[in-house]
Amino acid sequence: MLNYEYQLEEILDISGVDIGRCMKCGRCSASCPSYDEMEHRPHQFITYLARGDVAALLESDALWQCLACFSCVQRCPRDVKPANLIEAVRLAAIRPKGAEFLTVEEVEAKFAPDMPQQLLVAAFRKYMR
Amino acid sequence: MNFDYYPGCTLKTKAAGLEAGARRAARALGFELCEIADWQCCGAVYPLGKDAHAEKLPSIRALKAAENAARPLVTLCSACHHVLKRVNDDAAKNKDFRDTIARYDEDLAYGGGATVLHYLEVLRDFVGFEELSRRVVKPLTGRKIGAYYGCMLLRPSVVMAFDDPENPTIIEDFIRALGGEAVNYPLRAECCGGYISLSNEAKANELSRKILADAARLDAEFLITACPLCAYNIRKQNQLPIYYFTEILEEALDVKL
Ligand code: SF4
Ligand code: SF4
Repeated sequence: MLNYEYQLEEILDISGVDIGRCMKCGRCSASCPSYDEMEHRPHQFITYLARGDVAALLESDALWQCLACFSCVQRCPRDVKPANLIEAVRLAAIRPKGAEFLTVEEVEAKFAPDMPQQLLVAAFRKYMR
Repeated sequence: MNFDYYPGCTLKTKAAGLEAGARRAARALGFELCEIADWQCCGAVYPLGKDAHAEKLPSIRALKAAENAARPLVTLCSACHHVLKRVNDDAAKNKDFRDTIARYDEDLAYGGGATVLHYLEVLRDFVGFEELSRRVVKPLTGRKIGAYYGCMLLRPSVVMAFDDPENPTIIEDFIRALGGEAVNYPLRAECCGGYISLSNEAKANELSRKILADAARLDAEFLITACPLCAYNIRKQNQLPIYYFTEILEEALDVKL
């Protein structure tokens, strides 16, 4: 448990988010283009962290489904920045474990000749350590 | 007036057309893009973590070069523009970030003094769309064109300060300046799926097709974009063609090779 307390603190710190500002309106999730793919929805990241349930989020597939489109950040009426929180959990998950969503070999297998470099650079940043 | 220019990883290769058209059009309009020396890839995705410092150094180097040259730093790729503008904002507003960078390498001490502009902003704010329309040689009369903004030019608007994030008009104004008809379809600022096309292609296809269906419903003949990744995701659907905005610009100015 101590371990997770530390991680909770770390997540809140590197996200820069004040979860106390959230008024649970759900607008972030309603704006999210990845909503259907997310095991935990943007507003749930705030609810879970508020009650200290870090473990579920660290294992959540939702970490890999955020598109960094910033709709949730733009539309949140309380300026909570849910995407920053999801990113902070993703960092907390990949940094200690070295977890990777995709390996270099998997990326190679998915490579298509017409892919822009931008796609590969973005994938390396988001899916690998 | 001349501008410093940051190309980014994709513009020398897969999106060479985005750059080539921009350079030819700039010359025709009376300005030059001066590529900064030894630029490094911005990383394509803005690092959101408050402690992400090293990831921002390539942007800091580019921003500092522009500050030293006392010229605004112009970008063409939506992703580069997004990353550079946000890192510049961090340097201007976040003292901890500034101090950490300066501690790492005092030559990189930087206070956010550069101005980052997208090429579209140069057209709007320096050339002016009225002037641009006077320079048009081959107007795109009768062409129904959908502006595809995507995410990164607009959001978060407090930092990007590019246009109204929910109802942008800059690319529509650009299309009209070139004599074309701008198709104002509702999903023009929705996400194409971005990098998820690598890990979950079906999702990117679904999002891209929704955008395309919306534009087609209002009779757009083709879409224009400033983002190589949007272009890739949209093009793959084989529905409407998608071009870089600089491709129709060079066509209208009649400077296309
Ligand atoms: S940034 Fe991520 S969580 Fe936020 S709306 Fe976009 S996809 Fe959803
Ligand atoms: S939109 Fe903002 S205030 Fe509303 S639930 Fe999401 S984070 Fe909370």
